Amino acid sequence: MATLDVHHHIETHDHDDHGHEHHHGNFWTTYIFSEDHKVIAKQFLLTGMAWALIGGILSVLFRLQLGFPEANLSWLKPILGGWLTAEGKIDPDFYLALVTMHGTIMVFFVLTAGLSGTFSNFLIPLQIGARDMASGFMNMLSYWFFFLSSVIMFISLFISTGPAAGGWVIYPPLSALPQAIPGSGLGMTLWLVSMALFIVSSLLGSINYITTVINMRTVGMSFAKLPLTIWAFFLTAVIGILSFPVLFGAALLLIFDRSFGTSFYLSDIYIGGEALPNQGGSPILFQHLFWFLGHPEVYIVLLPALGITSEIIATNSRKPIFGYKAMVGSMLGIAILSFVVWAHHMFVTGMNPFLGSVFTLLTLIIAVPSAVKIFNYVTTLWKGNIRFTPAMLFSIGLVSFFLTGGITGLFLGNSAVDIQLHDTYFVVAHFHLVMGSASFFGMMAGVYHWFPKMFGRMMDEKLGYLHFWLTFIGVYLVFFPMHYIGIAGFPRRYYSWTAFETFSGFADLNMLVSVAAIITLAAQFVFLFNFIYHIFRGKLAPANPWNSTTLEWTTPRLPGHGNWPGEIPTVYRWPYDYSKPGSKEDFIPQHIPFSETPESNLPNENDQIKLDLGGAGVGGNKH
Amino acid sequence: MNWIIWVGAILVLIILFMIFRIGNLVELVKGNKEEEFSISWNNINAYLFLGFMFFGLVFFFWYSITYFADYDPPVASIHGKITDDLFWLTMWVTVIAFSIIFMVMFWFTFTYRYDKSRKAEFFADNTKLEILWTVVPAIVLTVLVVQGLIAWSDITGPAKKDAIVVEMIGQQFLWTARYPGTKDNELGKHNYKMIDASNEFGLDLSDKNSFDDFKSLELHIPVNKEILMKIRAKDVLHSVFLPHFRVKMDAVPGVQTHFKFTATKTTAEMREELNNPNFNYEMACTEVCGRGHFSMKFPVVVDSEEDYQKWLSSQESWLKQNPEYLKYVPAELKEVAMIKAGIPLDNNVSVQTAAIK
Repeated sequence: MATLDVHHHIETHDHDDHGHEHHHGNFWTTYIFSEDHKVIAKQFLLTGMAWALIGGILSVLFRLQLGFPEANLSWLKPILGGWLTAEGKIDPDFYLALVTMHGTIMVFFVLTAGLSGTFSNFLIPLQIGARDMASGFMNMLSYWFFFLSSVIMFISLFISTGPAAGGWVIYPPLSALPQAIPGSGLGMTLWLVSMALFIVSSLLGSINYITTVINMRTVGMSFAKLPLTIWAFFLTAVIGILSFPVLFGAALLLIFDRSFGTSFYLSDIYIGGEALPNQGGSPILFQHLFWFLGHPEVYIVLLPALGITSEIIATNSRKPIFGYKAMVGSMLGIAILSFVVWAHHMFVTGMNPFLGSVFTLLTLIIAVPSAVKIFNYVTTLWKGNIRFTPAMLFSIGLVSFFLTGGITGLFLGNSAVDIQLHDTYFVVAHFHLVMGSASFFGMMAGVYHWFPKMFGRMMDEKLGYLHFWLTFIGVYLVFFPMHYIGIAGFPRRYYSWTAFETFSGFADLNMLVSVAAIITLAAQFVFLFNFIYHIFRGKLAPANPWNSTTLEWTTPRLPGHGNWPGEIPTVYRWPYDYSKPGSKEDFIPQHIPFSETPESNLPNENDQIKLDLGGAGVGGNKH
Repeated sequence: MNWIIWVGAILVLIILFMIFRIGNLVELVKGNKEEEFSISWNNINAYLFLGFMFFGLVFFFWYSITYFADYDPPVASIHGKITDDLFWLTMWVTVIAFSIIFMVMFWFTFTYRYDKSRKAEFFADNTKLEILWTVVPAIVLTVLVVQGLIAWSDITGPAKKDAIVVEMIGQQFLWTARYPGTKDNELGKHNYKMIDASNEFGLDLSDKNSFDDFKSLELHIPVNKEILMKIRAKDVLHSVFLPHFRVKMDAVPGVQTHFKFTATKTTAEMREELNNPNFNYEMACTEVCGRGHFSMKFPVVVDSEEDYQKWLSSQESWLKQNPEYLKYVPAELKEVAMIKAGIPLDNNVSVQTAAIK
């Protein structure tokens, strides 16, 4: 690892005309094609935020149709152009495109790349005590593949046949046949190309995260002393590496079916007055392949948010996280089980009902570790001394959503009950709360918490409170009513429900949902202002503003390349020594040896002192 | 007009920004050091959480109880009653668990809000508690799963021998039903390559079971009789959804799926029960299938046994409606075909057989 210490990008001072001459390199190598994990993290964050804004705006567009079906939207003509009908309504094909792109963008571009990409990159080296990622170059490639994938997906929004429109799950034959829906033409091709690049990006990132966590921990940082954030990022990366290639395979076969006349997913199709030659394929095969990624993807999105929350709740309750081992164990359990529950998305797709039984059983098992996590969060709050920073508010919000949305999984995971609820708004409510909103809140919590380390300045707390309360109540008002609509049987992805007597009620509830969605989106601009303004004008942050124990707070206010100006600190203790009895301060950072804190050591920790002294020489080889 | 709105919006934003700046300056003047932690704001947030919990739960229970009838769709099938019971059992379990955890959590955030004079309790681990809340959910889940699996295996088990078979065929963007006919009670074979403008089913007329099959643009089923619904799709995925019967199953091109159920209330009985003379059962599509996905409605009528028989005998076979397709029937089956299809056996036969000879 010695090479890393001198890896300071010694650039020759060739004076070019850009005038951005910098100590470590020019503008391009420092901010654009940077190999520094902190810069790459910020690139992921900014791109993710841009996507979140686009995804949010798309959702408000289709909520306008659902909440105000009679409204004349011709004032949107300058933006939507031909996608509005003559009466100023959203075209039904475009409605499906909006739903599809909202899902794709939020799941992959915001909550996978934006969340993991930002915080795995930023926190892994800082929290394990490494100068950078194992491969800075691969890390850079990971971002630029993501960027390229983003550009392609973005372009697909503007083509004349519209973007992909068969739902974010892109089930064939709908996604395979341009005759079936215009979005399955060029839009779908771009979707597939973009996702293929996205998967490359995700794999490059994940390999890097795993390698870094395994190999580059500082002296003393055993796995048992890793902050829960790192455990979460590590397991997320493992899940990603095992599941994303399957999506790649599924997409590849779909590309073959679409462009090269194969029949992996197609059989017995008569469309547009013509019987297609494809025979012998099965659309259900695609669903298996898709959900083999698709379900682990839920945890790829959720685990980092849970990791971030564990860290923030412990810090701001001034208490150790309750049941560290149980937290790690439940994350491991979730990671493993996440691979054997995928077909609970397919109970009524014609899959063998016996498989339905097996997947019901496995699905409800995964509820146990999830419940353990909630109980542990709540117990961490018990007898704490809670400081409600904006990050803490968002973390508590996450636990609340995780509970509200997670508990409805007991309905949907039970195949017999799922018959009625499958593909209704009950499902929409369930996953938007447990996966969408919870992960989004985890991401927000992370931004508020680590902003001082990212930009060296503080965000405004009161604007943070405003942002939180508007968003928290807004999200509940958007998704809670959907449970009722779903129990009443309203199907998903409906442009309008008025064709059915059964579904024509609840116009008022749909309107409420739409209004709440608009307010929630508007509240995000409070955050955007707070974020952008304080990057430049915020108060200077102290090195450790939250009195936190983990290693990233031992770096200078704005850590430079290599993170620590001097030696990397050695780790002696676990990351949750908050309010330890006997200790004067209410936190003891990880790099403080037990020999310096005799007043607060537990008996076994006193024994540790001798080992630490003996081990220092041996550990030195590592760096 | 438009630009005035824009200017107004920008002005409002500028004013908001000024207020924010002035607020910041006032705080600086008042000497609020940035490190100092604002205890009053901390308390406000704690109270807000408590208020949110209290009013949230009150509103949730009030709305759920008051408007129960609006979102509780009436059930009209045997298995639907069972899955509904399971649904409401799960509802009780989850609402109780949810309310308790919700109250406890926000009570904690309130009670244990920051207080300078207090130190948090160093409480890192407790194996007994961990075991407790691993085992209790596991037991509750086992109860739910076992009941669910029993119901599931009944629902998905084989249909009775004498179940009434109906085939639902989905296509962009309409449903059609095919009945096996009154003579043989067997659906004839189909082949998607034989589909054309008239032969929507792709009926394979070399199979003698196909002769008396008939098409319907309404789903008629008798009450209290098991129905075996066979489901297929012509173009993309669709999904049969009969909300009142708690029936849902995808229609998949190339794959035959099925769902069996028994309706327990006729349309007339349901109208009376709901006190709504216009009530109709409906079938919807719940798998996104394109532009017209939201409009794939298919009317459903549950008849008394008597009415059903009457309706059945009034239906004409598809072959009778499309006699020109007789030419696809193999010569040796032609007579059978005409008898089964209900086409009068007059000189028509001799003419056609002569033509073939």
